[in-house]
Amino acid sequence: MGKALLVCRLAVKDIRHRPAQAFLLLLAIAAGSATLALGLGLRGTTDNPYARTRVATSGPDVVATVIPGGSAPAPPTSVRPGDPGGPGSADVSGLLPLEHARGVVAHSGPFPVTWALLRMGHATGSAEVEGRSAVPSAVDRPKLLQGTWVRPGGVVVEAAFANAFGLHVGDRLSLGGSSFKVVGTAVTAAIPDYPDVCTALGCFLANRVSAYNPGLIWATEADAGHIARAASSTPLAYFLNLKLADPAGAVAFTDRYNASASPTAPFLYSWQSIRDGDAQVIAKVQQVLVTGSWLLALLAIASVVVLVGGRMAEQTRRVGLLKAVGGTPGLVAVVLLFEHTIVGLCAAGVGLLAGWLAAPLLDSTGGGLLGAAGAPALTASTVVLVVALALAVTIVATFVPAIRAARQSTVAALEDSARAPRRRAAMIRLSTHLPTPLLIGVRLAVRRPRRLLLSVFSVAITASVLVAVLVSHATDGSFIGARVNQATTIILVMLIILAAVNTVFVAWTTALDTRHPAALARALGATPAQITVGLSVAQLLPALAGVLLGIPGGIGFYDAPRNGAGPTTIVPALWLAVMIAGTLLAVAVLTAIPARISARRPVTEVLQAETS
Amino acid sequence: MNETDGTWVLSARGLRKEYGKDAGLVRAVDGVDLDVAPGETLAVMGPSGCGKSTLLHLFGGLDRPTAGEIWLAGQRVDRLTERALARMRRDAVGFVFQAFHLMDELTTVENVELPALLAGRSPHAARRLALELLERVGLADRATFLPTALSGGQRQRAAIARALANEPAVVLADEPTGNLDSAATLELLRLFESLHAAGQTLIIVTHDSRIAATADRMISMRDGAFIDETRLTGGTRGNLADLAGLGG
Repeated sequence: MGKALLVCRLAVKDIRHRPAQAFLLLLAIAAGSATLALGLGLRGTTDNPYARTRVATSGPDVVATVIPGGSAPAPPTSVRPGDPGGPGSADVSGLLPLEHARGVVAHSGPFPVTWALLRMGHATGSAEVEGRSAVPSAVDRPKLLQGTWVRPGGVVVEAAFANAFGLHVGDRLSLGGSSFKVVGTAVTAAIPDYPDVCTALGCFLANRVSAYNPGLIWATEADAGHIARAASSTPLAYFLNLKLADPAGAVAFTDRYNASASPTAPFLYSWQSIRDGDAQVIAKVQQVLVTGSWLLALLAIASVVVLVGGRMAEQTRRVGLLKAVGGTPGLVAVVLLFEHTIVGLCAAGVGLLAGWLAAPLLDSTGGGLLGAAGAPALTASTVVLVVALALAVTIVATFVPAIRAARQSTVAALEDSARAPRRRAAMIRLSTHLPTPLLIGVRLAVRRPRRLLLSVFSVAITASVLVAVLVSHATDGSFIGARVNQATTIILVMLIILAAVNTVFVAWTTALDTRHPAALARALGATPAQITVGLSVAQLLPALAGVLLGIPGGIGFYDAPRNGAGPTTIVPALWLAVMIAGTLLAVAVLTAIPARISARRPVTEVLQAETS
Repeated sequence: MNETDGTWVLSARGLRKEYGKDAGLVRAVDGVDLDVAPGETLAVMGPSGCGKSTLLHLFGGLDRPTAGEIWLAGQRVDRLTERALARMRRDAVGFVFQAFHLMDELTTVENVELPALLAGRSPHAARRLALELLERVGLADRATFLPTALSGGQRQRAAIARALANEPAVVLADEPTGNLDSAATLELLRLFESLHAAGQTLIIVTHDSRIAATADRMISMRDGAFIDETRLTGGTRGNLADLAGLGG
């Protein structure tokens, strides 16, 4: 009991004695925890809004589609609005037997569907236009959020599409060259909301007509036919909405039918696949966040290793004192581990709270479903995973320095003697050919190879994500979507913060660790400016290596989820040059202050401290 | 005599160094006047804390005086900028420390060539000079050894070789035998004798009277001030082993 109390007291006292370091430690771990909590918490957050919308709109259990020339949907990419081509309309008779199929209790349609180029002012997009009668249908009754239902010359725009394009009731737009007035906005559960209209039902004829991330627009059946006829490239397809006696069996129903049907027969989609299509963006966001959280966790380990290493360099004498007054190596290690575990647990709490609070910003349904998704519930598994991550980061990063400190001889610790540096003969030989600041920088950098690797690793991870973002902007990253970009930006900002914290602490630790060789070099004639530049060079070399590694890393990071699909990944050389220069400039700025302070420390003070 | 006319390699006038203020004021160096001729070996003696190391640091431009003037190799040291001071340390001063202060990750020859590299000499010239100096101090066969593989006496000889790398006007040695045993002390005294014979100016701070007895001139310090000055007739020309108390 007494020992436990002593450990607690020593740990808490040390945290209170160095609040800034404890805060940075907390920040590093909390960043990873928050992102993981956010990523895990987003799972299934769109289920409730979809269910609400399905009830409110009498959503179909199955949507059957038939398109000209066959049922299989084409990929929703590769052709821009207005591309020519296309055969005649689909054969609607294939849908009629489904109206009376076994298990079907109600239906609506078939409704004609066509795709058209949309223009509003200078904005251009593509639209999937569904023809509807003025009378509400039994199945799939889009719920109006604003305005009125379709009428000749008047169209209703799906709410998420309207939000994305800034369309309002009363606006005029052009579809396939014909002018229409927006008379309402509505939501539906029969098709995923914008921009994922194509994800579940596919965008038919995408290789022949405008189907590039189209948004859904309802028009009268006559207007839809007019649009299809006006643009010969946009033949009519048909959608049939079905209600089943057993909605839960919709997947089995569609599987059974699709498996036995011929290629030219209608293709069926279950309401579950439409719901998953609605969650597609959130799923992508979640994928980015969970991947990002592991990257952040890795970087947090690097941060904590550097922070703890720096603290150990400062606390060597304290460890010696602890041991001199009877503290065993075990006690010393336990105090350090306990101290960092407290910070790690607090960071997990902060991360969980931050992730929970931030979730509503990312799980917004874009207005295409009824009601907000709201904050995700903090499940026990999420809490356990986040706390485990925080503790793992803390323990992995603290263990080696704690054991090393505990094992250090008491006399050496009391003398505050630094660990023996590593000798890298080849680099020392190479450095003799360099100007003095570079000679100093290279020699200081290679003294601690593990710290050097941590710096390379830290910058490489951050640069990878930065390059991935640049690639997505350089190539056509529209399939990624705004919210995925938002999530990537969150990860990037957090990585940059952590990398900056790492850089400052590596610079500070290096400055502390190299105070003796730096003072000696000054005694032998090196100027303070040469030492300052040398210390900065010691940080810039790993940063350069890291940023160069980050380029292929980032391209791989971007390409991996696409499995090689899409256009070839090319980043403009100028962008990369700016990124490399910017990274090096940022590192130089961040390391300048610790380097300058270290270079101006009185030589005699340092050399005498080593002597005493 | 003018301090800049070349008669003295080092001069100090009214030199003062103070730490703290008011009741906590400490005068580490208090009104020192000194002239050192080229080729002279000067020993500064005194008990611990009397200000001898501080005086050496002021002479070598590692610290700045509170008041007074220092002239070294024709330059007014106390007015130099940090950058100029660094240049002066590189070109005109060689330091020898009690704790050797060799870089552990560098071999003996790499330690010795370092000042020459900092001075901008080519790697080849710096290495050749370092090997010559190691030969001179009797460590040619230890050139590729790391400092941790050398004895205390060998480390100090390596440090002296390093101090000579840029042919300094003056070598400042701060308790050079403080960490050495008697045999190593004797070796070092012989080395200083050879440097003296070669015309190297040496200022040795020590609290060991046996070491001081080998100098041309011995100054005693107490409380930051010179209290006695003795010109030694025997100097390093006497029997070193006897002087060092090591004679048989």
